Amino acid sequence: MSFTIYIVACAILSVAVLTGISLMSKVKTAVAGNLISAVSLFLGVVITLVYNDILSAWTIFPFMLIGILIGGALAARVKMIQMPQLVALLNGLGGFASALVGTLSLLGVGIPKTDYPLFVNVTSVLAIVVGLVTLFGSLVAAGKLHRLLPQKPVVWKNHSLILNLCLILLLAITLFAAFVGDHPSMIAVALIGSIVISSFFGVAFAIRVGGADMPITISLLNSLSGVAGAIAGMAVNDLLLVAVGGIVGASGLLLTQVMCRAMNRGLNDILTGKTSVTSSRQGIETEHVAEAEIVTKTKTDPVPVTKAGTMPEAGTMPKAVHEPKLKEEPTKKTAVHVLAEAKSVIIVPGYGMALAQAQHLVKQLADKLEANGAEVKFAIHPVAGRMPGHMNVLLAEADVPYDMLFEMDAVNDEFVSTDAALVIGANDVINPAARDATDTPIYGMPVLNVDQAKEVIICNYDLKPGYSGVENPLYKREERIHLLLGDAKDSLESLLKGLT
Amino acid sequence: MHPIVLLLVFVVATVVGYLIIKQVPSLLHTPLMSGMNALSGITLLGALTAVGFTFLASSRGELILGQILGGIAIIAATVNVVGGFGVTHRMLKMFDKKKGPTS
Repeated sequence: MSFTIYIVACAILSVAVLTGISLMSKVKTAVAGNLISAVSLFLGVVITLVYNDILSAWTIFPFMLIGILIGGALAARVKMIQMPQLVALLNGLGGFASALVGTLSLLGVGIPKTDYPLFVNVTSVLAIVVGLVTLFGSLVAAGKLHRLLPQKPVVWKNHSLILNLCLILLLAITLFAAFVGDHPSMIAVALIGSIVISSFFGVAFAIRVGGADMPITISLLNSLSGVAGAIAGMAVNDLLLVAVGGIVGASGLLLTQVMCRAMNRGLNDILTGKTSVTSSRQGIETEHVAEAEIVTKTKTDPVPVTKAGTMPEAGTMPKAVHEPKLKEEPTKKTAVHVLAEAKSVIIVPGYGMALAQAQHLVKQLADKLEANGAEVKFAIHPVAGRMPGHMNVLLAEADVPYDMLFEMDAVNDEFVSTDAALVIGANDVINPAARDATDTPIYGMPVLNVDQAKEVIICNYDLKPGYSGVENPLYKREERIHLLLGDAKDSLESLLKGLT
Repeated sequence: MHPIVLLLVFVVATVVGYLIIKQVPSLLHTPLMSGMNALSGITLLGALTAVGFTFLASSRGELILGQILGGIAIIAATVNVVGGFGVTHRMLKMFDKKKGPTS
């Protein structure tokens, strides 16, 4: 293949990838967009093999086959609720691959002879650094989302100082790479130094982010893995890799910004763990308040409280807990009553709904309400779930048509005129404290105006604060509120029964 | 290729990429993120050339190193690509099949 054809092919494929991404921004064309991106990437592989004349290197194919089998199995088996951690994991693998490519080119193995050794050395080290930060950051993120690691931000003494120090060291190593030339010992120093420090940095920066902010971290890491690819492409002199890596890096960054804006918080605050309650003392205090709350409300020994202590995530309903019965019969009846009479209902699903696997029951309830003549809408907070858009995916899985789903801005003014707001496993995104409690980490985050609805029904596992650790004043409200505590499935089933 | 050209391509790609996804509804953020995640496995191309070149032209030591590190890179990147596009497709299919009563 001649050089000119190669350039033209790269240009066409870059445009195809861009087209694919832009098609993915509309529901109707998204599937086609994804396919276009996938086909372009496949053609990119073919072109690379042909242009570099390496088709005869047969070892390539078993390696790829192994990757295809593993990747295919992961894609086919993963549950929708586990999507965020899978994306994080895959993303980390991409970063890892870039770091390996960077390592090889720094060692001068497997790259064509270059006229620009300085450029290759610097980009190689950068590829290792960005790739490994992506890998270890993603692993921590996936671990937090999969609950292998604590959800709360882990803050060390002098955390910021350590991170800044790492950054300076990484910068120094990158500069150092400009001078290593082809001295084996200096190359070894650059290689080992960049591997150790960037791995540590990846862990150190991700571990300080709270579980609720992981989506944004993943999105940022996603962008980083694109950048890592592009830099690796510079190191091995691969035009297509540079172009596509750049595209992914930039659009990933934009997506990160969009998410930050939705949560009305700075990227910096998120990365420094400022957006979650970190002091354990405060956590205990809120717990006591919540406990007292339940006791006064129910006057019976509340099962959720004894359970709550062992639950890793407060405020939402972990699955596989069936004992808690709905307390307070009158409240339950009222909730059914409210729903039976409501002409308009807005359902606010949260991650708790997904944990309780209650999305199908929610769909049934919505159908029943519609059959009763009520207008039903779903209000989706931009960060509902563990990833932006995650809730939409989960509801789509339960056959809720996407034109019943409304984004926060589209539906928020309607709560005032709505007969009933039904909250299922959501907490922080409906917490009115975000509007006026200036000293809380969620202050300023836009929330759904659930509190303005004529009646509010909340099906949460317990009354503990959500991910952010901020107590929800709605729970203390005396009137127009119906709390159905316990597993969302049980609560919804009893509502469904009540409505027939 | 001259480094300046590569840097230029990177900058242009970055700017264009930035402009192109400005109007994505949050409904699609998860699929889009996972789709772009799959694309970031493009680093597969770099891994392919590394394995290919060491296979064809290297001394014994380089051959082994290139095959091991490069091979792992190919596997990791392929898992990223195939897994990424696979789950994205699954997610998008779920949006696609819905033609609910209200539509």
